[in-house]
Amino acid sequence: MNFEFTEEQLMIRDAARDFAQRELLPGVIERDEKAIYPTEQVKKLGELGFLGMLVGLDYDGGGMDTISYVLAMEEISKIDSSVSVIMSVNNSLVCWGVEKYGTEEQKQKYLKPMARGEKIGAFLLSEPEAGSDATSQRTTAVDMGDHYLVNGTKNWITSGKTASTYIVIAQTNPELKHRGINALIVEADSEGISVGPHENKMGMRASDTHSVMFNNVKVPKENLLGEEGFGFKFAMKSLEGGRIGIASQALGIASGAYELALKYAQERKTFGKEIINHQAIAFKLADMATEIEAARFFCLKAAWLKDQGKPYGHASAMAKLYAAETAMKVTTEAVQIHGGYGYVKEYHVERLMRDAKLTQIYEGTSEIQKIVISRGLVD
Amino acid sequence: MKILVCISNVPDTTTKVKFKEGDSLFDDSGVQWIINPWDELALTRAMELKEDAGNSVNEICVIHVGGASADATLRKALAIGADKAVRIDACPADAYHVAGQIAEYLKENPFDIILSGIESSDYNGSSVGAMIAEFMDYPGISSVTSVNLDDDDIQINRAIPGGKQVLKTEAPFVAVVQKGIATEPRIPSMRGIMMARKKPLEVKPAVELEVLTESIKFELPQEKGACKMIDSESAEQLVELLKNEAKVL
Repeated sequence: MNFEFTEEQLMIRDAARDFAQRELLPGVIERDEKAIYPTEQVKKLGELGFLGMLVGLDYDGGGMDTISYVLAMEEISKIDSSVSVIMSVNNSLVCWGVEKYGTEEQKQKYLKPMARGEKIGAFLLSEPEAGSDATSQRTTAVDMGDHYLVNGTKNWITSGKTASTYIVIAQTNPELKHRGINALIVEADSEGISVGPHENKMGMRASDTHSVMFNNVKVPKENLLGEEGFGFKFAMKSLEGGRIGIASQALGIASGAYELALKYAQERKTFGKEIINHQAIAFKLADMATEIEAARFFCLKAAWLKDQGKPYGHASAMAKLYAAETAMKVTTEAVQIHGGYGYVKEYHVERLMRDAKLTQIYEGTSEIQKIVISRGLVD
Repeated sequence: MKILVCISNVPDTTTKVKFKEGDSLFDDSGVQWIINPWDELALTRAMELKEDAGNSVNEICVIHVGGASADATLRKALAIGADKAVRIDACPADAYHVAGQIAEYLKENPFDIILSGIESSDYNGSSVGAMIAEFMDYPGISSVTSVNLDDDDIQINRAIPGGKQVLKTEAPFVAVVQKGIATEPRIPSMRGIMMARKKPLEVKPAVELEVLTESIKFELPQEKGACKMIDSESAEQLVELLKNEAKVL
């Protein structure tokens, strides 16, 4: 077993850290407070290749491994999770699916611009009545012979307004239940698509989360991803990889909060000494550091399995569950260590705490991860 | 036109500096190494000159004198955009030794422009660029804040107290660059990091050179004292403290 990163992996981590410090830190509080989409920051992220870092070089991606992706996601999420969620969805939910299951024409037309970061992708699975229960898709894609006719509403869509390319999960043959579900590539400017208002969220407020409504939207037959009826399996496979991204995001939120708390504890004095020298605070930091390290190992293990071509769904569910729970716990403690200062925006940790909450909910709640993990125990 | 950028491999600026062997050597255990910030700006300017379609710059090479531990730093320079890296395999003894090694390489491998950072953030020698110019009998220009090329016309700005000096020179020349040469260093792109694998990193043997200086001992600066805030209304208290506590009056 080798715990050393390669020179390239370290270079990617450092590049992500430099980018986060230089480009994301300035203005992060204002973007969060006013829910301003990070247009310039996402553009630069794309120019550096982070938005398509997992896509192969042949399709204009970075050709990086998943371990590098974990390292980059952690560094960017330490500073701004509103940006890292855009990076995660584009890389591991949208680009991955098109590269893995798309036709050559689909890759040329849709994957390349997303890998270059020129266009953003969104993954449309959740519905008002189908969140955790993804088999209950109400959105329909009726087979009209030469095209599908899509109707329905999708909820909680990251990059819902900004994305140019949607992957839409919709029901084509209700009698076949989840085996009748299809995955379609839909151009966001297609006639009949409307986007709902920006969701006024508790955390990750700068990412654009919207509902997307489909009213008799014609989608060409050649935009079907994989075989007929593969949509549900496609969505579940995509989420297996997506969980590595969100787990790494949660890891970054936790380690970002921990680093701030550690620094603060070495500077802030009470009763004549730095608060890190009070055991009550020192033990909190010890627990935080230990749990973050464990979360990091979970993320890297899932990434390593994926890079080795081994099954990783079970490991990515464990990583997502543990990292999200750690993020919530660590950020809460980071606010506590900061005392009153932790409760005001200037010190960042309250924002990280609000961001952490979402990692327990999206791309499969912590409870759904436990279902995935427990089912894997007896497979 | 070919540009050579001299690279120092220096500890990250947040490093806690410690010494070993009776304070005669820097303790590099656990240190994270980076490209010397001034050299990184020099590389950035070299990249800008190459990217400017009007210029005839067709190769950027980075050079370093040191051991294999610097290879990661050189590969980062390749990822940022240098075409080639050269490492002279020697333990750098002092500025004269480093400049001499680079000059020997230049004699066999001529370049038109040699860029060197004004100082390294570790030993702060501020001498290598000027010494290379002297070894090679090239024009050596210090405190350079901009290098502009217009065909064969080379225009250089230097910082001088209270203003700037504009110079013309001819290649080959050495420019010792400082703040202003480029706005900010570049972050390597994913593609750049992948391409760096395929770019050459040549390791050349060192030549025998006399070492003129010997480092005896290092000392850390005295720790800063605690800061006392005196209310602006309490000038008398300030005078009292300066007189009786700080004993500077």
